[in-house]
Amino acid sequence: MATNGKATHTLVALVQDKPGVLNRVSSMFRRRGYNIASLAVGHSEIPNLSRMTFVVEGDDATVEQATKQLYKLIDVVRVNKLSDTDSVSREMALIKVKSTVQTRSEIIQMVEIFKANIVDVSPDSMIIEVTGDQEKIDSFHNLLEPFGVKEVMRTGRVAMDRGPSSSHGLDKSSKL
Amino acid sequence: MVCESLLREGVDLVFGLPGGAILPLYQTMPEYPQLRHILVRHEQGAAMAADGYYRASGRVGVAFATSGPGATNLITGIACANMDSSAMVCITGQVARASIGKDAFQEGDTTGVTLPVTKHNYLVMKAADIPRVVKEAFHIAKTGRPGPVLIDIPKDVFIEQAEFEYPDEVDLPGYKPTLEGHPTQIKKAAKLINEAKKPVILAGHGVIISRAFDELKDLAEKAEIPVITTLLGLSSFPETHVLSVGMPGMHGVAYASLAIDESDLLISLGARFDDRVTGRISSFAPNAKIIHIDIDPAVIGQNVKTLVPIVGDVRRVLRALNKQVEGASHTEWLDQIEKLRSEHPSLRLPDNTKLTQQFILKQLSDITKGKAIIVTGVGQHQMWAAQLYTFSEPNTMITSGGAGAMGFEVPAAMGAQLARPNEVVWSIAGDGGFQMTMSELATIVENKIPVKFAIMNNNFLGMVRQWQHMFYNDTFYATEYTGNPDFVALAKAFGIMGLRVTDKTQVADAINSANDHDGPVVVDFVVDPEENVYPMIPPGESINELVEAPDQLAAVLEANPDMMPPS
Ligand SMILES: Cc1ncc(C[n+]2csc(CCOP(=O)(O)OP(=O)(O)O)c2C)c(N)n1
Repeated sequence: MATNGKATHTLVALVQDKPGVLNRVSSMFRRRGYNIASLAVGHSEIPNLSRMTFVVEGDDATVEQATKQLYKLIDVVRVNKLSDTDSVSREMALIKVKSTVQTRSEIIQMVEIFKANIVDVSPDSMIIEVTGDQEKIDSFHNLLEPFGVKEVMRTGRVAMDRGPSSSHGLDKSSKL
Repeated sequence: MVCESLLREGVDLVFGLPGGAILPLYQTMPEYPQLRHILVRHEQGAAMAADGYYRASGRVGVAFATSGPGATNLITGIACANMDSSAMVCITGQVARASIGKDAFQEGDTTGVTLPVTKHNYLVMKAADIPRVVKEAFHIAKTGRPGPVLIDIPKDVFIEQAEFEYPDEVDLPGYKPTLEGHPTQIKKAAKLINEAKKPVILAGHGVIISRAFDELKDLAEKAEIPVITTLLGLSSFPETHVLSVGMPGMHGVAYASLAIDESDLLISLGARFDDRVTGRISSFAPNAKIIHIDIDPAVIGQNVKTLVPIVGDVRRVLRALNKQVEGASHTEWLDQIEKLRSEHPSLRLPDNTKLTQQFILKQLSDITKGKAIIVTGVGQHQMWAAQLYTFSEPNTMITSGGAGAMGFEVPAAMGAQLARPNEVVWSIAGDGGFQMTMSELATIVENKIPVKFAIMNNNFLGMVRQWQHMFYNDTFYATEYTGNPDFVALAKAFGIMGLRVTDKTQVADAINSANDHDGPVVVDFVVDPEENVYPMIPPGESINELVEAPDQLAAVLEANPDMMPPS
């Protein structure tokens, strides 16, 4: 997948929920000069383990090195590289856009087409929540631009392999 | 809790220097006379001594320091251990839990600043965690690719009461080093070795760390493969052996670099293809297929493309591999290397009457029969020691390779001597590096540590001077030491035997009297400052730009006008 003309790759790491683990990971990326385009962290289905999704810029060799370096961190339990075709990925954005009596219905139409939600309305603006892959959010954002986008808040990408198996091969009850 | 845990790990020696935050720990030490504490003069000395101790013994080195400046003083030593895969556990005091984050007196973000230079680190927030953390720290430090682990403990945690329960096992789901090589890969490697016409072995530090001396010899002898050793791989294979070729790279012997250049198969054992070995990557080993065996998957493919990667402990992989390697002889190839050796006699001694480091190191090698433990600093003397000392016993070269940290020569020698009290330890020191850590001479005296110091006193930061000469048109700026102390008087001031050597004829006598003396000795060898280390492959260049003697430099520079600035 490419953003800004650079090849990007999605890595998902299962990490131990310990203080400083995010710092360890980001410090490693910084120190080795890898570029993270986005990063999302949250609890996993296993107690005491979190899952991080990284979008890493660089060629295959860079991503392979990044994976190996992640593995070297003691708190990182598993790293998976997701392929674009066999995984689903989502990002979310909150977009605050100017709205007037004249433009409101047009914006609402757009929201419906993109299956987005209006989560807050004030007399001259509204906040829209949209979820999807990166392209969808980019194009939604672009379409709203003419109305006057006041603020955009985007999450990092979260991603998951398709198919029945879990990416980590651990069982939920394993003691960690 | 801490001392009790250390005893469970078999620790009997600690290097350190106390301060407020770690005082509660120190105050328990009198109850543990089995734990010998060596009081250093600077925490860098503690870390580097712990490193030297590990390298010489294979047992985890331990260093203590207080919070803030105590901890930051450890850092160069930790970084050095991290680059060279030395197992070390550092325990630092921290301000009390309630003061953390308040910029309290001598508070420092020790886990933060050591994060990038440790294999792992911990901030322990309750006493009950101490046994588990110590257990994990030692496990992480000494297994897999060894490295330093730091444990930061707030002052009030040291004295908090908790049940002492030492775990039998560690539970680290994210840490499972691969020890055995993959059978398919080993099979592939064996096939390549059996088919090779011009194979070479590149033996690195991993051979020493995994103590694969016999296995390396078996492989080399069975398939008649010449052995080239990296700087940190020196003493992994006896240099007296017919198959020993020596060190390649920037200041390696030319025939070793040339042998790599001409080889058709390069078997790398526990080496990581540092730029000082490879020079310009695109021209490195152009004709060779590469088998890369290393315990750290991240160094495989990091710098060079590998045909057969094998992740595992060098010793175990070799045991499996050697079974599948067929006996062979490579007479033609060995003859070819012999020819390279005679055409490029890199280890010629300078033919003059001046006192040179090369001459001294050759003498030292001859007198000690290549059997002393050699610890070096960083610079010209380090390279000459690597070139001219004939390492004939396993694990006798201790040097700061990856970090290249000057000052290593004093504390690391102290640690090595404590690890191997019955062997002769010679510290080959630069006058520059020696002065960085010579305060540890006091520690050496206090603890009766009989290290012999050979200060290669050229009154210059010699290696930097060499670069100024070669690449910066003789602009000798900030490299001359015009106010060096009288090292013999200095030694005396510490209560150490001091000798000065200014002439070739005095060298052997001085070395012999130092060897005969049962305490520490400082020998001030006043050497020719203008001598430079050859051969040299200028940084970032290839074997084609090899400079074997001073008179070749101009031609190489002329042919490569864009060589500057090197790094
Ligand atoms: C801590 C540290 N500072 C600076 C350097 C850069 N440096 C590399 S070699 C060298 C000269 C070392 O001088 P000396 O110890 O006298 O050894 P010589 O080269 O003269 O044998 C210097 C300054 C270094 N390697 N380590």
